[in-house]
Amino acid sequence: MCLFFYFRDRKEWADLEPVPQDDGPNPVVKIAYSEKFTDVFDMFRALLKNDEKSERAFALTAEAIELNAANYTVWHYRRVLLQALDKDLREEMKYITAIIEDQPKNYQVWHHRRMVVEWLNDPSEELQFVAEILSQDAKNYHAWQHRQWVMQEYKLWDGELEYVEELLEEDVRNNSAWNQRHFVISHTRGYSDSAILEREVQYTLKQIKKAPHNESAWNYLNGILQDGGLSSYPGLLEQVTELQDTCSSPYLTAFLVDLYEDALETNSSSYDQQETLNKALELCKLLAEEKDTIRREYWNYVSRSLQNTEYITDMLQV
Amino acid sequence: MTATLFSPNTLLLDKHADYIAAYGSKKDDYEYTLSEYLRMSGIYWGLTVMDLMGQLSRMNREEIIEFIKSCQHDCGGISASTGHDPHLLYTLSAVQILSLYDSINVIDVDKVVDYVKGLQQEDGSFAGDKWGEIDTRFSFCAVATLALLGKLDVINMDKAVGFVLSCMNFDGGFGCRPGSESHAGQIYCCTGFLSITGQLHQVNADLLGWWLCERQLPSGGLNGRPEKLPDVCYSWWVLASLKIIGRIHWIDKAKLRSFILACQDEETGGFADRPGDMVDPFHTLFGVAGLSLLGDEQIKPVNPVFCMPEDVLQRIGLQPDLLN
Repeated sequence: MCLFFYFRDRKEWADLEPVPQDDGPNPVVKIAYSEKFTDVFDMFRALLKNDEKSERAFALTAEAIELNAANYTVWHYRRVLLQALDKDLREEMKYITAIIEDQPKNYQVWHHRRMVVEWLNDPSEELQFVAEILSQDAKNYHAWQHRQWVMQEYKLWDGELEYVEELLEEDVRNNSAWNQRHFVISHTRGYSDSAILEREVQYTLKQIKKAPHNESAWNYLNGILQDGGLSSYPGLLEQVTELQDTCSSPYLTAFLVDLYEDALETNSSSYDQQETLNKALELCKLLAEEKDTIRREYWNYVSRSLQNTEYITDMLQV
Repeated sequence: MTATLFSPNTLLLDKHADYIAAYGSKKDDYEYTLSEYLRMSGIYWGLTVMDLMGQLSRMNREEIIEFIKSCQHDCGGISASTGHDPHLLYTLSAVQILSLYDSINVIDVDKVVDYVKGLQQEDGSFAGDKWGEIDTRFSFCAVATLALLGKLDVINMDKAVGFVLSCMNFDGGFGCRPGSESHAGQIYCCTGFLSITGQLHQVNADLLGWWLCERQLPSGGLNGRPEKLPDVCYSWWVLASLKIIGRIHWIDKAKLRSFILACQDEETGGFADRPGDMVDPFHTLFGVAGLSLLGDEQIKPVNPVFCMPEDVLQRIGLQPDLLN
C-alpha cells in the first residue's frame, strides 16, 4: 500500500483523542495488524463517542468502509451523517455502486443502496445495475433480493421475462433465474391462466431436452403443475415418457414417480391403478438401487407410501 | 477442492478444542480484528462448540459475561461488540450465551423483550434493527430469543407466522422474503421458527424433505441450493432442517460424515468450508454440530432448532416440536 497520511498525524484531526479497540475478554495486547486499520478505526471510535456530525466524519466512514465493508455500525453512522449533513444522494448512489461492484456479497452494502433508492424514490438505475452485477455472478443471492424488491415496490415487471430467458440461455441450470421466472409470472398473468401454464410447460420441457440433468427445470415443472395435479395434465405423461430414451436422468424418473403417485392418490380413472402402482414401484427400486443410491432411504419411503395409499390398501383387500 | 486420500477421516476433537480455546487470544490477528462487527456471534459459536465437546470450562465465563453487559444498549438491544449498534442477530447470540451460562439476569431482560417486540412490522415480519432490513433470519432470531426468555406471547404470533408462510416457495423451500429463492440457510430459520411457534404442520414435509436431501452431492457434502458447491455449514442448515421435519434419514449419513471429517485441518484444528480451505470458528461449530446430529457419541446431543446443547435446553425447559 502506498504512503498513507495517518489521521493521528493530521492537524485537522488533532483535537480528537483516538480510542483504541476494547474487544472484551482478555486485556488488549500489542496490536500488530495493519497500522492504517488501527488509525482509521481508532478515529472512528472517537467520532462515535463524541457523536460528531461533520464532513470529516463523513469522509472517515468511507475510509473505514474501504477497510471493512461488513462493519454495520460504520454504515449506520454514514446514513446518520447523510441525513444530518443533507448530503447529495446522487453522489451517494455513485459511491454505493462502486462499493457493491467491488464487494457484491455483503448484506450491508445492498441494504444501504436500498435505503438511498428509497430516500431518492428513484429506481431508474436499479435493474440495469443489478443486471451488471449478475453478469459477474448470476446467482448472487443479495442481488436477486434487491432486484425483486425494486420490481415489486415500483411495479417494474416489463421485460423481466425476456431478461430471465437471456440468463437461462447462458446457463439453463441457474436456479435463481428459474425462481425469478416463477416470481415474475406469479405477479403478472399468473399460472391459473391455462395458456400461460401450457406455455410454461412447453418452455420447460424444451429446456430439459437441451440439458436433461437439470434439477431446477424439473423442480419448476413439478412446482407449476402441483395445483392441477401432474397426472391429469393433458399429454404430459406422453411427453415425459418420450424423453426417456434421449434425456434420461434421475430427475425424469423421479418426476414419473410423482406423476404415478398423483394418479394413485386421486384414483384417476385414466390410469390402470394396479399397472400404475407396479410401474411406480419399479421406478423407485431403480432409483434406490441404481440411479440415485445416495437417496435410497427417500425412494424406499416413497415405495412404502405408494403401497399405503388409501385406495391401494382397499384394492389389495378386495 | 475435493477430499483426497490424505484428508482426515477420524474426528480430531482435542485439536478443535485447542483451536477454539486459543482463538482470539492473539488480538493482533487481522482476521480476528476484521470480524469485530460479529464478535457476539463469534463468541456464541466458540462457546457452543466447546460445550458440545465438553470443554466449556476452558473459556473465560466472567469476562464474557461482563462483555455482554457492556453491549446492551438503552433501547434494550445488544450489539456485536462495544461501540457497535444493537442488532437482532447479536441480541440472539448474547441470549444464547447467557443461557449456556445460566446467567440470563445479568442483562435487563424486560428491555430485551421490548427491543425484539419493537422490531415486528405491520405484515408480521421482523426488521434486523432500526434501519429496517427484513429477512426471515430475523423472524427466527426474534422467536428464538423470546422463547429462551420465556416471552413468546409478546409478539403478534398470527402475523409473524403468516409472514414466514408467505415465504414458502413452489419447491417447498423458503427464502428471505416472499418470492426469494429457496436457500438452505433460510429454510433452517423458517423451519426453526415454525417449530418454536408450534406450526410445523404447515410445512409440506415430503416436498421440502426431498428438496433438502437433493442438496447431497456425490462427494457426500451438502450444498445450499441447486448447482452450488458443498460447504460444511450446510451440514448444519440442511441437516437440522431435515431433523426438524423428521426426515434426517433421507441423507446418506456415512457419506456426509466422510465429507465433514475431510473438512478438518489436522495441523491447526478447526473445520473449513470444504477440504483444504482455511478454518474458522463458524465452520467448526457447524461441522461438529452436524456430526452430533448424525449421532457421533463423542459429542453431546445438539438441539436442531436452537443449535445449543440439548442439556441446556432441558435445564431451561424448552422442548420445541419436531415432526417424525
